[in-house]
Amino acid sequence: MGQAGTGSIQQYNYDIIKKFAVMALVWGLLGMATGVYIASELAWPFLNFDIPQITFGRLRPVHTTLVIFGFGGSALFATSYYVVQRTCQTRLYSDWMAVFTFWGWQAAVALGAVSYMFGYTQSREYAEFEWPIDLIILVTWVVYFTLYIQTIRRRSQPHIYVANWFYIAFILVIALLHIFNNLAVPVGLFSMKSYSLFSGVQDAMTQWWYGHNAVGFFLTAAFLGMMYYFVPKQAGRPVYSYRLSIVHFWALAFLYMWVGAHHLHWTALPDWTSTLAATFSIMLLLPSWGGMINGIMTLSGAWEKLRTDPIMLFLITSLSFYGMSTFEGPLMSLKSVNALSHYTDWTIGHVHSGALGWVAMVTFGSFYHMVPRLYDTRIYSTRLIYLHFWLATIGIVLYITSMWVAGIVQGLMLRSFDDYGNLSYTFVESVAFLHKPYVWRALGGLFFVSGVAVMVFNMFMTIRRSRSEAAELEARIAAKMARA
Amino acid sequence: MIKHESIETNAALLVILTLIVVSIGGLVEIVPLFYIDDTVEDVEGVRPYTALELRGRDIYQREGCYLCHSQMIRPFRDELLRYGHYSLAAESQYDHPFQWGSKRTGPDLARVGGKYSNAWHVAHLNNPRDVVPQSIMPNYPWLLQTDLDYSDIQERMRALKRTGVPYSETQQEYDANVAEFGAAAADQLDILHAEENLMHQALTEDYDGQRGRITEMDALVAYLQVLGTMVDFSKYDEGYFADFR
Repeated sequence: MGQAGTGSIQQYNYDIIKKFAVMALVWGLLGMATGVYIASELAWPFLNFDIPQITFGRLRPVHTTLVIFGFGGSALFATSYYVVQRTCQTRLYSDWMAVFTFWGWQAAVALGAVSYMFGYTQSREYAEFEWPIDLIILVTWVVYFTLYIQTIRRRSQPHIYVANWFYIAFILVIALLHIFNNLAVPVGLFSMKSYSLFSGVQDAMTQWWYGHNAVGFFLTAAFLGMMYYFVPKQAGRPVYSYRLSIVHFWALAFLYMWVGAHHLHWTALPDWTSTLAATFSIMLLLPSWGGMINGIMTLSGAWEKLRTDPIMLFLITSLSFYGMSTFEGPLMSLKSVNALSHYTDWTIGHVHSGALGWVAMVTFGSFYHMVPRLYDTRIYSTRLIYLHFWLATIGIVLYITSMWVAGIVQGLMLRSFDDYGNLSYTFVESVAFLHKPYVWRALGGLFFVSGVAVMVFNMFMTIRRSRSEAAELEARIAAKMARA
Repeated sequence: MIKHESIETNAALLVILTLIVVSIGGLVEIVPLFYIDDTVEDVEGVRPYTALELRGRDIYQREGCYLCHSQMIRPFRDELLRYGHYSLAAESQYDHPFQWGSKRTGPDLARVGGKYSNAWHVAHLNNPRDVVPQSIMPNYPWLLQTDLDYSDIQERMRALKRTGVPYSETQQEYDANVAEFGAAAADQLDILHAEENLMHQALTEDYDGQRGRITEMDALVAYLQVLGTMVDFSKYDEGYFADFR
């Protein structure tokens, strides 16, 4: 692993990492605040204010795009560039390519968010970008892949470190998914509107093959890459089991790609496809927990760090949530459970236990480790990291428990029959029930986003202090020179 | 047996092996759906959308309706009572993209067509709480106020034709549509007369209740009113559809 000192500007390209890290925080704050807003719209519909651009249907993709691609994506660019340089002990292959990926990605995220508000969407969940933005993403991604592989080929180590396997798998699969799920015929060269190439059942299968693997490789494999670097680093110990990392890498990469159709249980998709998907979903539990165990056990023998190191607290909690949501996922992919959970808020809760508990928490931990090193300084306040941790954890617990209540009760209400064999409830009665869980969920989101605000402040002060330290150092050197 | 060391010291090999491993699942699950005939049921009545319905569908997508409303009824007793017969693959065969949805914050809409009057839909879309007091759906007042833009309706239909939807441009294609869908439907699928057809449908049906004016409300209500109405289920035995599952 890289032993080079921090802040070695000539050796590593840290500038690009700083750019992406800052944007991850900006999009994170914005995207999660949007999330709280749309959650509030569901609790108090007057918040739609009859303004087309901010109605729930248009803002929801803004929320998902900003958090997944803005926050998550920028965090992955940042950490992947950090990890690949440190573990290969080499500078990024090309500075201009790195800058190109930065502007390409930020442009795609920003244009995407604005275009949804003005009604331009492919209406494919997590792939709402219309075709011109898809092309920007495609070009950016090709450059990213080239840059990443070329950097690895320049490594001064014979071995490619395990974190990079996961980042490579992530880059490859996202390319594959992005291309096939966005095949569409534009209405015209100067029209934002397009129609997808496939229809009905084939289109649904393609979309959920995309949708679930966006979770599997964007939000899981890539963040496992992050985990495989930052957990051992922060713990000061090697990865628990090298063998386990090999087995669970290949198993995860193979099995994940089969499970998308569990989003289509009991639909017009043929049974054979969704049964296959359910079967593979159950099997997927093994490699998922392989990763969790490998991460958590890396800390074995140094458990006391959980008491003294809030960064470790973030990382280990994230792995615990990863374990929990990858247990819940296979459970929900069983057809009998899915019959109740599908179409309800249980799914939303499940996604957020993964997205907030795993993805965001592992990112926070990694950033608290990485950002001070990028700026060659110490974190501004450790107590604020603790504060962030507790705000985030309370927020997640409120969020997922309210969604469990919402989803399970709504599922039960809708399938309930009275003594005469009639439906016990109308649909809108279940909607009325949802009001309270929706209020609690919005509150949970508010906790979580205020934690992010604390982090942004802490990071801002850290960066500002590093600037003043650098200025002070320069002044001292200048004074010395003047005396001499 | 190759050692893992040879993979993790060779970037090209790692990339190629990863690509192979991740491609299998998609190939096995997606490709057959295009080739197995039973995937889409053989039923009569499902036709592509008329020009006006198509513009309504575009608006349905634009407003993100699919995020709260599914269009996919599952084969359960409660859904049968609440929404009607479970959805067939055939019923979304001309849906580019599909609108099955993944979440029911509101009810399923796969068979909403004909369930309520046009006036109900107009009132509901304008302010849902006027007709359903507990509703949490946003108001869509701009649908009634905005004239429908159908200047590029032909381009839209041509784009869909390129994806395989049988809209017609030539006499030959038109004749094929007459044979497949009947003369009345075939007329509606004619790209060259799209504007006239759209205006005619909107003005005669007058979905939005504003005489002489064609608004986005006309298009959206026209779309909602056709959902789930194309297949006549009384023509088929229940066992017939089960064979396709």
